[in-house]
Amino acid sequence: MSDSGSIEVVETGLLNTVQDLGRPGLRKFGVGSAGAMDGFALAAANLMVGNPIGAAGIEVTTFPFRIRINARRRIAATGADARFVVGDQMLPPWWSIRVEPGTEIRFEAPRHGMRGYLAVAGGIAVAEVLGSRSTDLKAGFGGADGRMLERGQSLPLGSREGDCSAGWDCFGIAPPEKRMPLMPPLDVGDGTTVVRVLPAAEHGELTDEARTAFWTSEWQLSTSSNRVGYRLVGPALRLHRPIELLSHGILPGVIQLPPSGQPMIQMSDANTCGGYPKIGLVIGADLWRLAQVRLGRRIRFVEVSLAQALAARDELDAALAAIRRTTSRLLTKTGWPAN
Amino acid sequence: MSDTPKLPRITPFGETAVLFEAATSLDLDVQRRIWAFAETVETWRGVVEIVPGIDNLLVVYEPRELAFDRIVSRLAEVWLRTGPLDRSPRVIEIPVIYGGANGPDLPAIATAAGLSVREAAEIHAAPDYMVCALGSQPGFGYLAGLDPRLATPRRAEPRLNVGAGAVVIGGTQAGVIARASPSGWHIVGQTPVEFFDLANPTPALLAPGDTVRFRIEQVLS
Repeated sequence: MSDSGSIEVVETGLLNTVQDLGRPGLRKFGVGSAGAMDGFALAAANLMVGNPIGAAGIEVTTFPFRIRINARRRIAATGADARFVVGDQMLPPWWSIRVEPGTEIRFEAPRHGMRGYLAVAGGIAVAEVLGSRSTDLKAGFGGADGRMLERGQSLPLGSREGDCSAGWDCFGIAPPEKRMPLMPPLDVGDGTTVVRVLPAAEHGELTDEARTAFWTSEWQLSTSSNRVGYRLVGPALRLHRPIELLSHGILPGVIQLPPSGQPMIQMSDANTCGGYPKIGLVIGADLWRLAQVRLGRRIRFVEVSLAQALAARDELDAALAAIRRTTSRLLTKTGWPAN
Repeated sequence: MSDTPKLPRITPFGETAVLFEAATSLDLDVQRRIWAFAETVETWRGVVEIVPGIDNLLVVYEPRELAFDRIVSRLAEVWLRTGPLDRSPRVIEIPVIYGGANGPDLPAIATAAGLSVREAAEIHAAPDYMVCALGSQPGFGYLAGLDPRLATPRRAEPRLNVGAGAVVIGGTQAGVIARASPSGWHIVGQTPVEFFDLANPTPALLAPGDTVRFRIEQVLS
């Protein structure tokens, strides 16, 4: 059975967008990947409503965010520890619940973390552009006409798969930090988020002093940081000599050093090419954690080997596979909720 | 060709990519080799994406299928026997209205070079430009071949919104804005040609290696 439901945006702020896992593979045409900043949280939210991990959901960066759903659907919220209110019920983070048509869903400002994700069974069914529903704000396509969400906007839902009446009415899963023992501690209070980094081509060109400063400083995330890139505030880093590079392809996670000496990290809406010296790359398994660092908070880098980076990637994949197993049991009522 | 062949530099770019840099002085033969190399590397099992740059190639791979050591040695080895792409380039002609309201920076560039606006437009339209790489925005081609007399450092203050079709100069490079965006490049004219069209199965008009020729439709003062 399918129905053509929709959701209506009742209240929103800047930069809330439709995102899926992006459109990688098109950088040679100048098209960036875009996609959820915290791809792990979006993938988990999708699994919690019975969607494929790459279905489109909503990335919420500005709170409060309110929608009304015009269909009987299962929804889930993950990512930042936003106070997730369904009707008049406040739910814990990383929670999945079945809702009735006309229900209002609200995200209040998170207690920690930066970005919340909302998945709806069937996914947000805006048109695919170049194989993805992600909003590319810079290029002006994907998502809701290439723009951030606006109040009063209606978004179509995909036809849901499976029977909505199966499974527990509501259930939660453990947030990711409980699943990955290799992962450095997350910032859950006023602490510093430690992210793992592989040195890159120009790391050796830093002066000794700069190299020490890079690895030991607590870098503050500038308030001008966004989905394109993070600007870091800390000691100015110097190279042995000025380096001029020819333009080359770049990827999210690359830590570049512009002439100002203040590093920046390219994120989901990264440019496709650049020429600044590159000091390192935040490993793929830590990009989602970087996505949850709040503006003004601090980051510290820790060096890892290629083998460690690959082990972290395996650990992240295993955590998602575990969520897949758990949710498939809960969605068919063959397992217990609140594990 | 460079006097002493230098070994390419291949460096890790995170755990899923490597950056191959030919590490020579930039010349057209090396750039043609990069394109031929990119076409070969793209077909390798375990390679998921290639991004050709100026004198370099970013290769994204799946480390579960292709180990780092293996891809590095294979890139080094295959580069040595890769010759320049010998296809004759596609020629793409771009009609341009130079100057006037749609080419607001042309008079200043002409004056700085001691030329009339008409002469500056003719000098811009004279050479065959080569598309070195696409990047910065969907469908934007970095064009080599600008007459040095027209080379102009980028604007100190980028314009906040430059429309698609703006014919631009940035430093020693030329280009055409493909999607409305902020830009620090100087605008010398306007073309109706679409450089990025989502309705097209290959949305980007240009590809590395193409030749671009600008044709003067009109010069406005």
